[in-house]
Amino acid sequence: MARSKVIEVAVGAFMAAGTVALFFLAMQVSNLSSLNADDGYDVLARFDNIGSLKVRAPVTMAGVRVGRVKAIMFDKETYEAVVTLQIEAGYDTIPDDTFAKIFTAGLLGEQYVGLDPGGNDRFLEQGSQISLTQSALVLEDIIGQFLFNKAEEFDAE
Amino acid sequence: MIEQLARLGRTGLGILERLGRGHLLLWAILAGSPSLLRRPNLLIAQMFSVGVLSVLIITVSGLFVGMVLSLQGHYTLSQFGAEESLGVVVAASLVRELGPVVTALLFAGRAGSALTAEIGLMKATEQLSGLEMMAVDPVKRILTPRFFAGFLSMPLLAALFSSVGVLGGYLVGVGLLGVDDGAFWSQMQAKVDLHEDIYNGVIKSVVFGVVCTWIALFQGYDAVPTSAGVSRATTRTVVHSALAVLSLDFVLTALMFGD
Repeated sequence: MARSKVIEVAVGAFMAAGTVALFFLAMQVSNLSSLNADDGYDVLARFDNIGSLKVRAPVTMAGVRVGRVKAIMFDKETYEAVVTLQIEAGYDTIPDDTFAKIFTAGLLGEQYVGLDPGGNDRFLEQGSQISLTQSALVLEDIIGQFLFNKAEEFDAE
Repeated sequence: MIEQLARLGRTGLGILERLGRGHLLLWAILAGSPSLLRRPNLLIAQMFSVGVLSVLIITVSGLFVGMVLSLQGHYTLSQFGAEESLGVVVAASLVRELGPVVTALLFAGRAGSALTAEIGLMKATEQLSGLEMMAVDPVKRILTPRFFAGFLSMPLLAALFSSVGVLGGYLVGVGLLGVDDGAFWSQMQAKVDLHEDIYNGVIKSVVFGVVCTWIALFQGYDAVPTSAGVSRATTRTVVHSALAVLSLDFVLTALMFGD
């Protein structure tokens, strides 16, 4: 009887350890701790070019993450990219003339949306639109521009 | 010429026959599951020998795999000046691939071969026929508890492997190589997705657990009842399990992560 008790305790400890490991993976390793799915409000921003911005990319303000990119769509009337930004509910005092830019983290890092606050008294709310935007810098365009300028300088000489 | 064709045909038919017997056995094992509810002690005893006794090898291997991943990942990442992403590299590769796959390979070697040898010997020493003689269904009594023990143990073992591996990677990365403590965890938490990475890893480990246990039980139950036959069946268990795990891993990865 004592033997079977030992086995039962060992199996119980094993199952508890396995479950704890799963919880550890879910809570500590994955993004569950920073995941609050429907908590916040959605704001639209239109960009000429979003580069390689992805859904779930961070939205930051002064370098602090205030939300995530929720969806990216293409407007076939205006040929613009429509990006839905989900801002966390706590940050409800962002002026409605805020400037949205697409930045790159590091030289080869992922792209994210940075917000520069404006000065208006009205704040962004669910469904409002950010009208001041700046597209992502596409490296090929910049290089192309640089070569073009160089060629013009050369011609002028 | 005709003789060679006939030999090829016999081999093909033999493979199909084994496959068919394997599926019939799986069906019989699953059909025996209700009777397991009345005898949970059988399951607990098997969980002990299949699961608990594998914990040591799984945790030690997980620790070392995590530590090696950290060392190797740091070498590659430092060439791009991206050492802070070490946590992502370690956690993502463990949770998505190495955790389920290496655990399944170790599980096949540690628990699967033992299951095959045990059941093969039971068959060779006519214990299974003895059970049948006493009107006890050997599939229900012997195989079903072992199958469910493997099915339940594998995901838990894989989770243990991944967690210990992440901790091992943390020890080496932060303690030895000097990666920033906060960046290690925050980058990991930002990039490792609960659904995409962790749930899919758990699904993989469940599938591998079913396949490994099934192969082990079938090889034992189908073994030629001699000492040479049992030894061959044990070898086949390990070889077939490893092949099945690695090829299924490709299929599952393509289904889960390939867009």
